[in-house]
Amino acid sequence: MSKDMSCNPEGGCACSGKKAEAAPVESVSSRRNFLKSASMLSVNSLLGTAALMTMSDDARANTEWAEWFQGNYRLMSDEEKALARGRLERRYSREYAKTVIVDGTPAQEGVLMGYALNIKKCIGCRRCAKACVEENNQSRGKDQDMEWIRVLKMEKGEFSKEKMNQGYPEGLGIQVGGNAYSPAGVVLEGEHYYQADAVPEKDSVYMPIACMQCEKPPCVKVCPVRTTYREADGPVVIDYNWCIGCRMCMSACPYWARRFNWSDPNLPKEAMNPVTHYLGNRPRMKGVVEKCTFCIQRTRKGRYPACVEVCPVGARKFGNLLDPESEVSRIIARKHVFRLKAEQNTFPKFFYFMD
Amino acid sequence: MDKLKRFVVDYVTYVVKGSPAFYAWIAFLCLLILGLLYGTYLHAADGLGYTGLTNQVHDGLYLANFVFLVGIAAGAVTIVFPAYVYHHKALHAVAVLGEMLAISAVLMCMLFIVSHMGRPDRLWHMLPIIGIYNIPHSMLAWDTLVLLGYLFLNFVGGFYYLYRKYTGQPLNNKFYLPLIYVSIVWALSIHTVTAFLLNTMPSRPMWHHSMMPIRFISTAFAAGPSMIILIFLIVRSRTKLWIENAAIDQLATIITYCLGLALFLTLSEVVTELYANTEHALGLNYLMFGLHGFTDLVPWFWGSLIASIAAFMILLTPYWRSNYRLLALACILAFCGIWVEKGMGLLVPGFIPTPIGEFTQYLPTTLEIFVTLGNWAVGLLVLTVLLKGAIGIQLGDIGYAPPTQGKVPVGTTGMATAAELT
Repeated sequence: MSKDMSCNPEGGCACSGKKAEAAPVESVSSRRNFLKSASMLSVNSLLGTAALMTMSDDARANTEWAEWFQGNYRLMSDEEKALARGRLERRYSREYAKTVIVDGTPAQEGVLMGYALNIKKCIGCRRCAKACVEENNQSRGKDQDMEWIRVLKMEKGEFSKEKMNQGYPEGLGIQVGGNAYSPAGVVLEGEHYYQADAVPEKDSVYMPIACMQCEKPPCVKVCPVRTTYREADGPVVIDYNWCIGCRMCMSACPYWARRFNWSDPNLPKEAMNPVTHYLGNRPRMKGVVEKCTFCIQRTRKGRYPACVEVCPVGARKFGNLLDPESEVSRIIARKHVFRLKAEQNTFPKFFYFMD
Repeated sequence: MDKLKRFVVDYVTYVVKGSPAFYAWIAFLCLLILGLLYGTYLHAADGLGYTGLTNQVHDGLYLANFVFLVGIAAGAVTIVFPAYVYHHKALHAVAVLGEMLAISAVLMCMLFIVSHMGRPDRLWHMLPIIGIYNIPHSMLAWDTLVLLGYLFLNFVGGFYYLYRKYTGQPLNNKFYLPLIYVSIVWALSIHTVTAFLLNTMPSRPMWHHSMMPIRFISTAFAAGPSMIILIFLIVRSRTKLWIENAAIDQLATIITYCLGLALFLTLSEVVTELYANTEHALGLNYLMFGLHGFTDLVPWFWGSLIASIAAFMILLTPYWRSNYRLLALACILAFCGIWVEKGMGLLVPGFIPTPIGEFTQYLPTTLEIFVTLGNWAVGLLVLTVLLKGAIGIQLGDIGYAPPTQGKVPVGTTGMATAAELT
């Protein structure tokens, strides 16, 4: 344990057990709003069902009905995939009052996406986490604030003369030294609700984490309906329309990379990013799991993930692991890289390195 | 076919009639079920936001009760096994009650899974052919398979027995006995697979040990028969069906062994984990002593341990064990102790800390508690009805008479609450 992760005045939720990751405790009034929206929702769905029953052309009801019956995306024919995406495009465009594209670009031939992060350079500014939320249409706001990237703050470590007598046996320290239990260096556990006036803070190192896009992902193995799977070009994706919300994948993930939509995501119309991919950043629904996809909607079109683009210190590198000249391949070839929790045999395609 | 029709009609007519106490019990359960309906409506309309679950601790009361009830279902085999393998006469006479308990427990398991799921409306995605059934890889798929199989075996076995008893025909042992033997082994499989569901995930070090299946089975074979003894004592006092002391004493012996084993395994885990006290023992540290000022589960752990030890002491002493009031107390202690151990004591600390070392406490919301009580109420309602029917047939209160002889006498007098469990 690198740090006592007790109550944090701003983060609040580190210990209070609330849904939000960076937002304070849900208040009574929000609960009331919740109830209100619940009743409105149910009225909506009732109306939708009624519309269906009378064979009316209530488009919303019809799209949702068709969505409910659609098969697993991975197993659909190309025509079915196009149909499913078209349905979603129409629904999203209406719901968010803008033209929404739901792309379906398949895995690229000869590409294996990989990522490398220079922990020496990271200053803990969390612009990556913010850019990710904006790019990937995560839920935001008080009730349900969701971030796929968490930046862990860790102590550089210190050894003090005062602690020398605190060992075991008292005064001798022949079994446990007095400076035991003080964290030092890069460990996976860290504080990720830190509030700082300026970064980088003194005596701190930062390590951002997100989905490691494992080559042998334990989350995929435990999924009872194979809604989450590894795409040929590397990223582990989720068919949000096929997920049954059992959360086995969340238990199985050793990196705490997955998030659950406890209620309908709160995605303001004006903030919604209309350039989406079916397996990537399209808006999710309540009761399903989501996670980082290496910005599949960008990277399959030859762009960088949003976090790579926004990083002010160039700590984040992305590229094709099969191309020896890609940045990521060159880093793996020339630097000392490591994977998190390598003993889990998950073989992440997310590498850490130091200059 | 006519016989079968009459069986259904007689059975249903019999189980819906009862004394005022019976109706009061049913009404009480229905009241609890209203809470479940309201909770289910909110979950369906608005998601699981009303629960105390978080992205940190994302499985709670629902899954904990599921795990516990799989144990209760498996525990029913403690009647069937001595009855059919060791030909225990007293248990043989009431073996069908064990099967009825198994049916209700598996039903409750399914209800809890539906409450737990984020999208129960998409359950059909798990169906083979029209959906994807990820077998052999997903443990959840295996668990579904073994639980449905167990439900089927007990339903067929139990109702075949009752039907034959009703019509007065002898059992066809070539059909019945294989069913029973398969169901005995199957009972072990359901709880083993449920243990595999949790312990095959190295991401949660507190669960990741090979002791979990045997510990699950030993606690199940303590909690299950504890519940059965309580049911037997109620049946003895409230219905005309007399269950012999020998049956109860045999179950008490089984609880003693299994509870002793369970306590030994707890001790083994505590020593193994706390001696080296690596990071993997953080969950257990949090559970037993609290960590970083978070101590929600500490009273639960010690309360459960004390209850289990007290139950074990009563059961171990022949003088106390043969006093059925004390025995009932021991059963209640064992049942509650194991419920806590497998629920809040096993599932929740598995998530604390998270894989990146964050401590988040979990507290069920009122709605979650209502839904949980409601699921139990449905199970107890089904159990009451099933036990009432089974006891009626065992007693000969309902039996088949050829149609020419007129109406079948239906004796309901004296049939009070068949299984008044509180």
